[in-house]
Amino acid sequence: MTAQTIDRGETQTPDRDIPAVPMTRLIRVELRKLVDTRSGFWLLVTIGLVTAAAVAIFLFAADADELTYGNFVGVTASPQGVLLPVLGIMAVTTEWTQRTSLVTHALEPNRVRIAIAKLVATLLIGALFVALALGFAALANVIGISSFDGDGSWEFFGWEGLRNSGLLQLAGLVQGLAFGMLLMNTAAAIVLFFVLPTVTGIVFGLVERLADVAPWIDLGTAQAPLFTTGTVDGEEWLQLLTSSLIWIVLPLAAGTFRLLRREIK
Amino acid sequence: MPGDTGVGHDGPMIVVEELTKRYGAYVAVDQVSFTARPGIVTGFLGPNGAGKSTSMRMMCGLTPPTSGSSTVLGVAYSQLKNPGRHVGVLLDASAQHPGRSGREILKLGSLTMGLPNGRVDEMLALVGLDEDEAKRRVGDYSLGMRQRLGVAHALMGDPEVLILDEPANGLDPAGIRWMRGLLRGFAERGGTVLLSSHLLHEVEVIADELVVIGRGKIVAQGSKAEMLAGTGSIVKALSLGDLTRELDRRELTYTDAGDGALHVDATPEDVGHAALAAQVVLTELRMGGSAGLEEMFLQLTSDDAREGVAA
Repeated sequence: MTAQTIDRGETQTPDRDIPAVPMTRLIRVELRKLVDTRSGFWLLVTIGLVTAAAVAIFLFAADADELTYGNFVGVTASPQGVLLPVLGIMAVTTEWTQRTSLVTHALEPNRVRIAIAKLVATLLIGALFVALALGFAALANVIGISSFDGDGSWEFFGWEGLRNSGLLQLAGLVQGLAFGMLLMNTAAAIVLFFVLPTVTGIVFGLVERLADVAPWIDLGTAQAPLFTTGTVDGEEWLQLLTSSLIWIVLPLAAGTFRLLRREIK
Repeated sequence: MPGDTGVGHDGPMIVVEELTKRYGAYVAVDQVSFTARPGIVTGFLGPNGAGKSTSMRMMCGLTPPTSGSSTVLGVAYSQLKNPGRHVGVLLDASAQHPGRSGREILKLGSLTMGLPNGRVDEMLALVGLDEDEAKRRVGDYSLGMRQRLGVAHALMGDPEVLILDEPANGLDPAGIRWMRGLLRGFAERGGTVLLSSHLLHEVEVIADELVVIGRGKIVAQGSKAEMLAGTGSIVKALSLGDLTRELDRRELTYTDAGDGALHVDATPEDVGHAALAAQVVLTELRMGGSAGLEEMFLQLTSDDAREGVAA
């Protein structure tokens, strides 16, 4: 403090050899912001508990021949698919609903850097939960083999299973973040996120002529192979790419555009 | 790179040039220009809705201006690296997540700015928030406590410049006095302070220079002494008739200020000489005070109030 007080008298220019805020520090701050409020903390605890509960219920309720690693991972997909996007949405929207963006952007005027820090922070937490789900599933499969006479197949275990569940959940999280950025309102983003796939599902189900193009446009249809088999063929990758461009990348780009132009107040 | 920015240590630290913000047909801020210099507290005074907050947000790169520009420490705010270490900003003390504790909010700020660990405790002590208060959620804070926390946040990075929007709002008279001491001390160490207020008496207490804004336009600016003085004297006497005769003789103009007082267009010293010559006992003699400024400010406020009623 003393040194800076002296410095002030001498120069009065914005150069005290202070470098820009490094990205790692911004990411650390955004991570901390995800857990330091009651709502944020309990959202994370809920995701963990619901994931564990889904696995446990399946362990007790399912038939012995259904107790496979792939199925255990499968039952974690739905609760995480619902809650991780909410995490992504809230990471962005609480800044606007609570108006903390005034402070956030006064300390880091580069809005894209804050957006990237939020994206990385939520992806890190998302990856943690995917790992947690895979761990719970493995544990349940072992218990299934030893205590429930389960089938115990480890198919889906390994690289492809990890990749598929990871892609699925992290895509949902990024989509949530993108919707949050686009709408900047928690309720609107959550409603749109969950209503939209239902609507597109109905449209593509009703209009027969669209059946062929559905996997190219509809994210839900394109993501189906990630749930079922471990392998995804070339065409399916392309369909994942095009549908993700439409429903994830496009909203993210539009949200960034809006963030850059908007007035922070 | 001292000198690169062309800002000497006596030059203005905040320069606002013809800053304008339009929302459709509505002009919120209209060609606002002023500067804030180091060593003094500059008060940005205007009624609610006059464009103070919008101007300050534009100065901090949060609201894109329609036209015009502003610099802090010689550069646009958005060009500052780690701006919290150069400019302490408090735009709205209530714009905080109600679920975070006061301490946690300062911790987030200190992490972003890269400050040493003890800084949070230092700042809490500086603004008088005790251990228990720091642990409480800001949702449970009074406005006065939020202002203290906001000031702590602004000062935390040891900045050269402070930009504070309505920092005295919600403070009791003792709090305003405390704020004056804090900001005066900051300015005396060479810092630059720009603070806004919609209350004339608040700004009178805290600021050295005034920039008055009304309906988006600067209507007056200058030093407080300048703006408050030059408005004559208020005088009361036992025999006003004798005094007015003497004032007439000296060709000093005066008006009835009501309540048995006269407003004389002269310094208290001149009026005193006149009273001595007329051998009149004075019961009161003082500077005209902020009558001019107050009247102008009231005018601004009442015009806006009328618009509010009509709308």
